[in-house]
Amino acid sequence: MKQYVIIGNGVAAAGCIEGIRSVDPEGGITVISEEKRAVYCRPLISYYLEGKTDLDRIGYRGADFYESMRARVLLGRKAVRIDPDAREIELDDGEKIGYTELCIAAGSSPFVPPFEGLDSVKNKYSFMTLDDALALDRGIGPDSRVLIVGAGLIGLKCAEGLAGRVKSVTVCDLADRVLSSILDTECAAMMQRHLERHGISFFLNDSAARFEENTAYMKSGAAVPFDVLVLAVGVRANTSLFKDMGGEVNRGIIVDERMRTSAQGIYAAGDCAEGTDISIGQKRVLAILPNAYMQGHAAGVNMAGGCEVFDKAIPMNSIGFFGLHAMTAGSYDGELYEEKTENSLKRLFTGDDLLKGFILIGCDERAGIYTSMIREKTPLSSVDFTLLKKAATTAAFSAEERRKKFGGVV
Amino acid sequence: MKRVYVNEAWCLGCHLCEYNCAFANSGLSDMVLALKGKPIYPRIHVEENEQISYAVSCRHCKDPVCVKSCIAGALSKQDGVIRIDKNKCVACYTCVLVCPYGALAPSEAGVMQKCELCLQNACGEPACVKGCPNRAIVYEERGEAE
Repeated sequence: MKQYVIIGNGVAAAGCIEGIRSVDPEGGITVISEEKRAVYCRPLISYYLEGKTDLDRIGYRGADFYESMRARVLLGRKAVRIDPDAREIELDDGEKIGYTELCIAAGSSPFVPPFEGLDSVKNKYSFMTLDDALALDRGIGPDSRVLIVGAGLIGLKCAEGLAGRVKSVTVCDLADRVLSSILDTECAAMMQRHLERHGISFFLNDSAARFEENTAYMKSGAAVPFDVLVLAVGVRANTSLFKDMGGEVNRGIIVDERMRTSAQGIYAAGDCAEGTDISIGQKRVLAILPNAYMQGHAAGVNMAGGCEVFDKAIPMNSIGFFGLHAMTAGSYDGELYEEKTENSLKRLFTGDDLLKGFILIGCDERAGIYTSMIREKTPLSSVDFTLLKKAATTAAFSAEERRKKFGGVV
Repeated sequence: MKRVYVNEAWCLGCHLCEYNCAFANSGLSDMVLALKGKPIYPRIHVEENEQISYAVSCRHCKDPVCVKSCIAGALSKQDGVIRIDKNKCVACYTCVLVCPYGALAPSEAGVMQKCELCLQNACGEPACVKGCPNRAIVYEERGEAE
């Protein structure tokens, strides 16, 4: 009987457990979880601040998840070393756990640059875990002036979550625009205007040069007083366990399309893994929830002796602020098709007879049809792209393709 | 498992399926009260180009990318049917971003909804099928993998 060990207890781990059990109902599963919590939906912590979810609903799976999967969870324990020769994990209390197959699903950690004077700030928070959100929730009040360092996905969702509950929210970022990892300049400007209309203030192309207790002195010379500081600059993949044992690591743990690492019997999945982004054909950490689950599931199936290939990874995000949704996918290289109205912006990028990527703001209907064309590399010459430019519709596919999609018989 | 299929050669493009769907899921017993003068939020929609029309609803995929992508753990597969827990959905629209069929859309309340084959409402079988005047939509077993 196999002994599966999973380091980490997030969505990639849940996918791994479900992947293993889809093949092997018998083998032992041990999950090593640093957080003292059952698997929950990390991206929902901003919704928790907003009151759109709570501690019951934020759980990713039902209360009986581990029991029904016959998985043993070690909560509040940390893996400190992997011995690939002995096939053993050493925990922080010295306990050793043997494995036949191991999945590293250790996620990522907030990256905090060395700001001068940061130690003098008392009321400061990260925004990664549910415990971070609970601490922030306790640390704010109606009179709080909040400064968020980082105008990326995490920083801005935090800003939205706090907006109705505090006196003011100011966001700063070194980048010259909001959501710089997923939006181009014009799209970012549209989203920024929307956020500003909802009371969020920005210092972009600027950042804190130093902190002095409750004041941030910006590079531009501005002084920003605050009561609460949130650091959401970025995250780094947790790769050290694997790197220390001599495994192949770049920004993340390098995996192939079956989530195998460079080490025999060791797999990796989720935010700590670096697989192939098929939209650019290169290895890249894609720290998004769908990838975490799909990589975890593929890892689990393969660990249990099945065969599951995950070769459809692309960057894709759906993120809304105060009712305005932005959807993005793929890469923004290639020829641009654009439609603009006062409240919406559609950008489709094409090249090599393929849809390469898109940005949709305020016009998201059936966007998955576009996403599937990127993931499946559907040749544009096989569809009515003139029709597709106007609206995402399967009516643009050939009769044969529609029969495959909807007929149930080929 | 039985699924909803459409024969595009027979679809008249009348959109009655959308109304029957919205009514069946309204929880009301009077169609006029449920739909008249209101925007409707059906879980099936008619797609069309210059030549053809056909209705699209959830395919209840063998490998459901929506379930795997849901950031709230709100989508699940139960006995072959993809279901959504509206109480858990936070309306992030990730399912809309990934569904290759465009089969998920917001409900009137804002959270997402999708076809659950009318198995949870008073109709008990797909209302779109029952009400299709040209029998272009059928509910049958075609041996697709679950």
